[in-house]
Amino acid sequence: MDFLRPASWEEALAAKAEHPTAVPIAGGTDVMVEINFDHRRPEYLLDLNRVGDLYEWETGEDSVRLGASVPYSTIMEQLRAELPGLALASHTVASPQIRNRGGVGGNLGTASPAGDAHPALLAAGAEVEVASAARGTRMIPIDDFYTGVKRNALKPDELIRAVHVKKADGPQQYSKVGTRNAMVIAVCAFGLALHPETRTVRTGIGSAAPTPVRAKAAEEFLDAALAEGGFWDNGKIITPSVAKQFADLCAAACNPIDDVRGTASYRRHAVGVMARRTLTWTWESYRGARHTEGAA
Amino acid sequence: MRVNFTVNGRPQEADDVWEGESLLYVLRERLGLPGSKNACEQGECGSCTVRLDGVPVCSCLVAAGQAEGRDVVTVEGLADHARQRSRGGSEGVPLDAAKGWAAKGGTDSQAGEGIELAPIQQAFIDAGAVQCGFCTPGLLVASDELLEHNPNPSDADIREALSGNLCRCTGYEKIMDAVRLAAARQSEGV
Amino acid sequence: MPANGVPTKITQGSGTKGGIGESTLRPDGTLKVTGEFAYSSDMWHEDMLWGQILRSTVAHAEIVSIDTAEALALPGVYAVMTYDDLPTEVKHYGLEIQDTPVLAHGKVRHHGEPVAIVAADHPETARRAAAKIKVEYRELPVITDEKSALGPDAVLVHEHRDDHHIGHVDHPNIVHRQPIVRGDAAAAAARADVIVKGEYTFGMQDQAFLGPESGLAVPEEDGGVHLYIATQWLHSDLRQIAPVLGLPERKVRMTLSGVGGAFGGREDLSMQIHACLLALRTGKPVKIVYNRFESFFGHVHRHPAKLYYEHGATRDGKLTHVRCRIVLDGGAYASASPAVVGNASSLSIGPYVVDDVDIEAIALYTNNPPCGAMRGFGAVQACFAYEAQMDKLAKELGLDPVEFRQRNAMEQGTIMPTGQPVDSPAPVAELLRRVKAMPLPPERQWESSEGADVRQLPGGLSNTTHGEGVVRGIGYAVGIKNVGFSEGFDDYSTARVRMEVIAGEPVATVHTAMAEVGQGGVTVHAQIARSELGVAQVTIHPADTQVGSAGSTSASRQTYVTGGAVKNACELVRERVLDIGRRKFGSYHPAWATAELLLEGGKVVTDGGEVLADLVDVLEDEAVELEEEWRHRPTEAFDLRTGQGNGHVQYSFAAHRAVVEVDTELGLVKVIELACAQDVGKALNPLSVVGQIQGGTTQGLGVAVMEEIIVDPKTAKVRNPSFTDYLIPTILDTPTIPVDVLELADEHAPYGLRGIGEAPTLSSTPAVLAAIRNATGLELNRTPVRPEHLTGTA
Repeated sequence: MDFLRPASWEEALAAKAEHPTAVPIAGGTDVMVEINFDHRRPEYLLDLNRVGDLYEWETGEDSVRLGASVPYSTIMEQLRAELPGLALASHTVASPQIRNRGGVGGNLGTASPAGDAHPALLAAGAEVEVASAARGTRMIPIDDFYTGVKRNALKPDELIRAVHVKKADGPQQYSKVGTRNAMVIAVCAFGLALHPETRTVRTGIGSAAPTPVRAKAAEEFLDAALAEGGFWDNGKIITPSVAKQFADLCAAACNPIDDVRGTASYRRHAVGVMARRTLTWTWESYRGARHTEGAA
Repeated sequence: MRVNFTVNGRPQEADDVWEGESLLYVLRERLGLPGSKNACEQGECGSCTVRLDGVPVCSCLVAAGQAEGRDVVTVEGLADHARQRSRGGSEGVPLDAAKGWAAKGGTDSQAGEGIELAPIQQAFIDAGAVQCGFCTPGLLVASDELLEHNPNPSDADIREALSGNLCRCTGYEKIMDAVRLAAARQSEGV
Repeated sequence: MPANGVPTKITQGSGTKGGIGESTLRPDGTLKVTGEFAYSSDMWHEDMLWGQILRSTVAHAEIVSIDTAEALALPGVYAVMTYDDLPTEVKHYGLEIQDTPVLAHGKVRHHGEPVAIVAADHPETARRAAAKIKVEYRELPVITDEKSALGPDAVLVHEHRDDHHIGHVDHPNIVHRQPIVRGDAAAAAARADVIVKGEYTFGMQDQAFLGPESGLAVPEEDGGVHLYIATQWLHSDLRQIAPVLGLPERKVRMTLSGVGGAFGGREDLSMQIHACLLALRTGKPVKIVYNRFESFFGHVHRHPAKLYYEHGATRDGKLTHVRCRIVLDGGAYASASPAVVGNASSLSIGPYVVDDVDIEAIALYTNNPPCGAMRGFGAVQACFAYEAQMDKLAKELGLDPVEFRQRNAMEQGTIMPTGQPVDSPAPVAELLRRVKAMPLPPERQWESSEGADVRQLPGGLSNTTHGEGVVRGIGYAVGIKNVGFSEGFDDYSTARVRMEVIAGEPVATVHTAMAEVGQGGVTVHAQIARSELGVAQVTIHPADTQVGSAGSTSASRQTYVTGGAVKNACELVRERVLDIGRRKFGSYHPAWATAELLLEGGKVVTDGGEVLADLVDVLEDEAVELEEEWRHRPTEAFDLRTGQGNGHVQYSFAAHRAVVEVDTELGLVKVIELACAQDVGKALNPLSVVGQIQGGTTQGLGVAVMEEIIVDPKTAKVRNPSFTDYLIPTILDTPTIPVDVLELADEHAPYGLRGIGEAPTLSSTPAVLAAIRNATGLELNRTPVRPEHLTGTA
C-alpha cells in the first residue's frame, strides 16, 4: 500500500490520473472502517486532507459551492440558512466525532444508498463538480450521479471537488429513521424541499432503493395539486387527501429490500409517514412565512 | 513510511508505519500512549476520541499519514490541556479554575496519588462515572471539549455531545452527573 | 404494607473512615481517567509478536483439508498452528463439559469457529498470513432451531457425547433438561377462573463489553508461560489452559490485566490458549487483540429462547398454577448452558407464590453461535415471559397490574417451585409499591418555547417527529435472580490479608484473585479491610494466581463471596493482632482480657471506646498475614425428574417502572424514564450500588428495543457482527434512572448484603415492553421489539 499526500488540488488530480485505482481518503469514515476490518486493501490511498480548497465554500447568487470535505458539523452550524435540508441531514450523520471529519464528498464518493446527504441534495437540487487532470472540470446533475448500488458517475481518474447546492428558496425538511436515537445508519430517510420560486416540490429518498432516488410521480402529483388548488397563493392548509396521496406515491417510489436494519415493507411504510410529516412541516413553515410577510 | 506530528504538545515521530495503520494504532502501539481505546475501530463507539487540531475525532478513522504535521491531544494530555486553557483564559474557562481540583489522592488510591487532573477527570471520579473505564478516555475528551465551548450545557446538550460515545457499564446516569458536576465547579470558579 | 425484614446493624469498624457503607471512590479511578490503567489490549512487550485467528466462514462443515504452506512462507510469520500442532492429548476445553476444540478438528460447528492461528511481527502480516491459509470445507446441513435439532433424522451436532447430562436428555442435541414438578398443575388449572397462554421469543443478546478480548502471553525461562489477561475467573481459565499446553498449573502464571467490562462474556476462554500456544511455539511474547468483528465470534452470547407459558388465576386475583416450557438455544458448544437451564427452570415463575407448577427447561445444541453466561443468566429470558403473562392475566381479570402482582408476591417463607423456602427478606410487594410511588416525569417534555426539541422525542436527532403520533405508555415488572453459584457447586473464594506497619502507619494489604471487571470489587475490599481492621491505608494487590481462587466475577456473587472471604480473613487477622496485643500489653490493662475489643482509627479500643494501644505499637515490625478460603452455605443439586432441591443460596429482587413514548406511526420508541427499586441487603458502597443498578437497567433496555444478534436461519451465519448493526443504547437512548435502594439484611450473608449486579437487568426489559404495550395496545411477544413489529410491517 502506498500513501499519496498531494498538497494541492492539482497534485491530487495528477496523482489520481497516474494511479486511477487510488482510493481517495478525506474524513476516513468509510475507508478506514474497510481497512480496519480487512475488507479492502487498496494499492494506493490518496489523502485529500491537505487540499485546503476542499474545505471551503462559496455562497453565490443561486447556489452554494460546497467543498467536498467541508465537515458536516460546519454545514450544520454555518449553512443552516442557505442549505436547511442539508444542514438537518448533516445533524443526523453518525456522531459528533464523525460529523467533525466527514463531508458530502465522502457520501457522494461512496454512493451508498444509506448516505445521509443524498436525499437532501436530491430535494434541494444540486450538481456535483468533478475534475480530472486530463479533461478538466465537469458538472454532473445530482439526478444522474447515482448509477447503482454504491456506484456513481465518476470516472476512474476523476475526483469530487465540490457540490453546488441550490440555495433554499423555501422551507426544507429532512427525516431519517433508525433503530436508535443517535449514531445510527438510516433504515430509510426522506428529504423534502419546497421551491416557491418555481412552484415545485422536490424529494429525495435514501436507503429504500438501490440508489438514492426522487419520488418523481409524487412530486408531479403535488405540483399539480398545489397549482390546481391555488395553494401557493392562498396558503391554505394542504388537504389531508392530497397529503395522503403524496405520501402513498412517495412510498410507491421505493424499491427496498429486507436486511438486518429493517424490512422492505417497513421502509415503504416509513417513507410514506416521513413524506406526510415533512410536507406538513414545510408547508406550515411556508404558510407561516407568508403570513409574517403579509403582516409586515 | 514515517509520520511526524505533535501529541500533547510534544513533537513525535513514528517510523516504519504501515500505510493502512490508523492514528489510534500509532498512538497505542508506537508512541506508548494506550489511553485512547480500541473498542470498535469503526467510529461507532467514541472510545478512541482525540482532539485533532482541536476537534474531537475518532482516531481509529484517521489514517496515520493524515496526522502528518498536525496537533493531537489524547486523554494522557488532557490535564495539561486544561491547565493551559485555564492559564490562557480562553473560551469560557475561568483562570485558575483547574487549581483546586487536583486529585485528592484518597487513602485507597493504589497509584497516581497527587497527580493533577483536569476538572472533568476529577468529576468523573467523584461522580462514580467510571466503572470498567474503557469508554472513559473518549468520554473525557468529548466532555472536556463540550465544556470548553458550552460551559453551561443543558442535559439535552450533554446527551447530544456525548451521543457518539458508548458506555456499557454505567447506564450514563453517573456520566451525566460528572459533566454537570464539572460544569458547576467551573461556574463556581468564576 | 410494611417491608418484611430489618436493616443491617454493624459494630466493628463503624467508626473508621472509608469503611463499608460509605461511597468511597475507586482506587483505580485516577489511573482510569488519565489513560494509564493497563487493559489487556494495552499490554506491550519488547520483541512481541501478534497473534491472529483464522475462523470458519461457514457454520457446519467437514474440514476436507487445511494448507498452511503459503502462510508460513510469508516473511514476518513466525508460526502457523492447526489442530495437528496441539502439543498434548488434551485438545478440548469447556466450563462444565469439555466439548470445545482448541482448534477445529475434522469439523466446524458454528460460524467463526477457530481453525488455525498465526503469529507474526505485525498485525497486518498476521492477517495476510491467515488469509493465505487454504481451508476446504464440505458443508453439512445446519441445525438452527428446536425443529431441526430434534427431528427424527436430525444431524447430531456432537456425535460422541459422553458427558454427565447425556443420560437424562431425550435427544443428543439437548445439552441438558431440567423439569420441575410441584403440586398438581392439572388439578389447579381446573380451579382457575381465567387461563392465559403465550408464546414468547427472546432474541440473542451480546454482552458488548467495550474492551475487546485480548491478552499477552510471555514465555518464561522455566518452560512455562505468563499470561496477562482480561477474564472473569483466573483459576477457571488456568484449569482449562494448563492441560492443553501440557504444563502443570504452577507453570502457567496468570495476572489479571485491566478488564474492559465482562457481563458474562469473559466467563469462557477466548484467546487465552491460542496466545499461550503461539508464545510457547515461538519462544516470544505474543499479543492477541480481537477487533469488534471478531469479538462477536470470540465469546458466547445470551441464549435466545422460545418460551411457552400457561398461567391460571382465580377471579379474586390469585395465581392457581403455571405450566411452562423454556427452550434455550445453546449453540454449538455447551459453555454454561446446563447452569442456565437450571436457572431458567427454577426461576421460571418469577417472585410469586404458586403451589402448582409444571415446568421444563432445555438447552439445545445447534449450529448457531455458542451461548452461555450473560448478566441475568437464564432468569432474564424467563422474566420477560412471566411478566408479560402477569400483565395479560391482570388485564383478563380487570385488575391493576401492580395490584395483581402484589397479591401474588412472594415473601420471606414462601416455598419456591423447587421446594426451597425463601429464608431471607423478599420485599417484592414493597419494591413494586416504591416504584409506583415515584413521581412521574412531566408530559410532553420535548416542548419548549423554540418548538419541539427532537432530542427528547422518539427518533431523536433523526428528526422524525415533532410530536405527531407520540403516545405515552407506562409498564411495570419485577424479577427474581439467584445470587452465587447454585445446584451444589462448591462456591468459595479465597483472600490473603496482611497487616503490618509501613512508614509509621498500620497498612492492610488485600490479595485475592477476584477479577475486577468494573463492578468496584476493589473499592469494596478496601472498605471491608478498613472496617474490619480499623486502618486508613489499604493496598489492593493485583489479582493473580499466586493466591487461591476467588471464583467467578458473575452471578452477582463477588461482594458476597470474595467480600465474605476478605471479611473473614480480616477477622482472623484481627484476632491475631489482638493476641499480639494481649501478649504485649495484656498485663497493663484488664480490658485486654475482659472487654470486647475493636480495631478503630489505627488503635485497639474497647467496645466502650477506651483506647488500649496503637496498632503501630502492637505490631512494631511484625507482619500478620494469612490466606483463607471462605464458603457460603452449601446448596443442593435439583432432582433431575422433579426439580426439587435447595439449589440456591440467596435471591435478589428488583422492580422497574418504565415510562416510554412511542411514535406509533413509525414504531420508534423513546424510553423517558426507567425507575428502579431494589433490595440490596446492605449497600457496602452506595455510589457503586446505584451505578450497578443503572448499568444493569440499561442493558435490559437495550434488549427491549434494539439489541439482537441476527443469525440467518438458512446458513446459521451471523449477519450483524459490528457496532454498526448490533446497536447498544447511546446516551440519547437512555433515560433518567431514579433508583430507590432498600436495605433489608439477609442474616446469612456478610453484613446482610445481597448480590445486586443482575437483578436490575431482569425486570427492565419486561417493564419497557409492558410500557410499549400500554402505549400501542399491541401484544408484542418478542424482544427486542423493532419498528416493524409496532407498525405491522414485519
